[in-house]
Amino acid sequence: MHPELLPWIVLFLPLGAAVLITLFTQRNRELSAAISIGAVVAGFVLSLIFRAWVGWQPEVRESAVTWLSVGSFQVDFGLRFDPLSLAMLLLVTGVASVIHIYSWGYMKEDRSLPRYFAGLSLFTFSMLGIVLASNFLQLFIFWELVGVSSYVLIGFWFERPAAADAGKKAFITNRLGDFGFLLGILLVWTHLGSLNFTVLQENFTADPQALGTLATVAGLLIFCGAMGKSAQFPLHVWLPDAMEGPTPVSALIHAATMVAAGVYMLCRVSFLINAPALEIIAWIGGITALLSAVIGIQQNDIKRILAYSTLSQLGYMVMAVGLHGPTPAMYHLTTHAFFKALLFLGAGSVILGLHHEQDIWKMGGLRKKMPVTFWTFIVGTLALAGLPPFSGFYSKDSILALAAEHNSGLLIVGVIVAALTPFYMFRLVCVAFLGAPKSDAAGHAHESPQGMLWPLRILATLSIVGGFIGIEQLYASQFHTLPLEPSPSFLQELIAPFVHAPMAAVSGLVAAFVGLAAAWALYAGATEDPLPARLGALSRWMRDRFYFDELYEATVIRLHDLIAAVAAWLDRWIIAGVAVRGTHGTVELVGRALRLLQTGSLQTYAFLFAMGVALVLYLALK
Amino acid sequence: MTVGLEHYLVVSVMLFALGLTGVIVRRSVLVIYMSLELMLNAANLALVAFSRFTNNLDGQVFVFFVITVAAAEVSVGLALIVALYRKRQAAHVEDLRTLKL
Repeated sequence: MHPELLPWIVLFLPLGAAVLITLFTQRNRELSAAISIGAVVAGFVLSLIFRAWVGWQPEVRESAVTWLSVGSFQVDFGLRFDPLSLAMLLLVTGVASVIHIYSWGYMKEDRSLPRYFAGLSLFTFSMLGIVLASNFLQLFIFWELVGVSSYVLIGFWFERPAAADAGKKAFITNRLGDFGFLLGILLVWTHLGSLNFTVLQENFTADPQALGTLATVAGLLIFCGAMGKSAQFPLHVWLPDAMEGPTPVSALIHAATMVAAGVYMLCRVSFLINAPALEIIAWIGGITALLSAVIGIQQNDIKRILAYSTLSQLGYMVMAVGLHGPTPAMYHLTTHAFFKALLFLGAGSVILGLHHEQDIWKMGGLRKKMPVTFWTFIVGTLALAGLPPFSGFYSKDSILALAAEHNSGLLIVGVIVAALTPFYMFRLVCVAFLGAPKSDAAGHAHESPQGMLWPLRILATLSIVGGFIGIEQLYASQFHTLPLEPSPSFLQELIAPFVHAPMAAVSGLVAAFVGLAAAWALYAGATEDPLPARLGALSRWMRDRFYFDELYEATVIRLHDLIAAVAAWLDRWIIAGVAVRGTHGTVELVGRALRLLQTGSLQTYAFLFAMGVALVLYLALK
Repeated sequence: MTVGLEHYLVVSVMLFALGLTGVIVRRSVLVIYMSLELMLNAANLALVAFSRFTNNLDGQVFVFFVITVAAAEVSVGLALIVALYRKRQAAHVEDLRTLKL
């Protein structure tokens, strides 16, 4: 058996599960869950076997079948194997497995559990397709599939208007970005003559000027796709609303699948994007990181705080890509996947324990009642806040070091965000977990079942060790010809950041402690938020997310409504009115007029007939 | 005065015109029918006249056929008129306007 067969199986297992559940096992909850969980866990195991079989640098780089060929244009359906795709394959199947298992505990009571698992499997399938795609067209198809499955899952509780709207918002906002992405793909194809990543890279290396003056435009158009999927400013508005979906879905979207797709795609094609485009990308990433961190400070919904922290971290990753550093971007993506999945699943555990209470000001005192959730949540928080030796510190530090090297403006942004992150996270921890219970539900909270706690423990372990297991070296081997030197000992690995770029590491660490201390000073034992009183209007602006939704409502949506109204008017009065009804009306009127000639009198007809003959004779004989 | 082709043709045209006028203005179906026969015979006259003056018998053969067909047509037509009268109790064209919508 060829080892290349394994990834094909891994890719199609979740699709098979989704089809099986939708068609046959809708009525059987246990079986549906078992199929879905089984498919993704088997996928993880097979991915591990594949990795063990061929190593990180397999000899066979691609396994493809011809999918369609029109003239000289040929598209393969292929899988690509390199350190980047293999690491993502393991990450996606691994994190998705954990989330699938957790879902069984979280969603047990839900009526539509089979539909939920079918959607989850479809989501995993789509993401695996993106990760393994060997060409742009295939990537785009799976890209859209991710959009569809996110719509299905965010709007899972479609009886609630908010959830249905959030699903639509996510889908449409993504489509907006995808439109630019598609244009970018077409541009690349017309100039470089291929969609295959390997061929593209060869052609591009051979002729770096192939894109000509359109290089910046092409780069930015491709970035448009990532802007939608990875929720970058100004298309960031869908991600916080996506919280309307079930919590494990949020974990999946935020950690391993949807938002990761944008950054992954940028890293995959980073060779195509030129310096001016990268500069813009870096600044958009920086703006997103700063803006959403500021908004996150004044949110009160536990899931929304996490959503804004995701936005902020995605901003970091995009910024890293923009600073010519796909390695730190992927590094942060990977560690972020671990601790963000952990935080969301922890939040889900809290929400379930409090019977679907999401307001942190109605929690409190959960440390004693939910010890496992609390301690794992603390691990996730410390990792996100970027404190050593948790994984988040190392990946965030690699980005800050990159910024220190290339762009001091973005370094400042990065350091400010590094201070804001622990602030809002410890605000969340202080208010929700410490202090006295602030509501009856919090007073009667109970720990979640073991099926939900084990995923938390696994992810917490990964969040702690993520910084030392060679993830950075792995990605570096993808993006640089020479692999980074692995540090000889564990201790050196631990302090590596302070040796490589002491300025960035120290400033990041100081910022983190400042944020932590400020949060502790303000929120330890607080029963209500002290910030609105101190900041006044600014805090209201933060709470209301700087009115981006309202702004879009007033501009983009109004404009669309206007265009739609004009189009409707044209359709009603010009197309249906003049063109269709006009033709029909004219014919009918002529018919009515001609009917008057029909007298029914034989003699009139005979007379007209004779006149006609006379006329013809006259004309013929003239 | 010798009788030439023109004279025959003039008579033929007059007969045809009379027949046509009868068809258009008379009200009784039966009289219209007779006028129709007149028109046929006007045509016959013209054909025979041409045949005689061009020394070609084709025209006369044609007339035989016209007379035969006219005889057959009369029998069918009269039968129709009788049937129509039985059904409608009418033999005037003003009462036969069902061709109109």
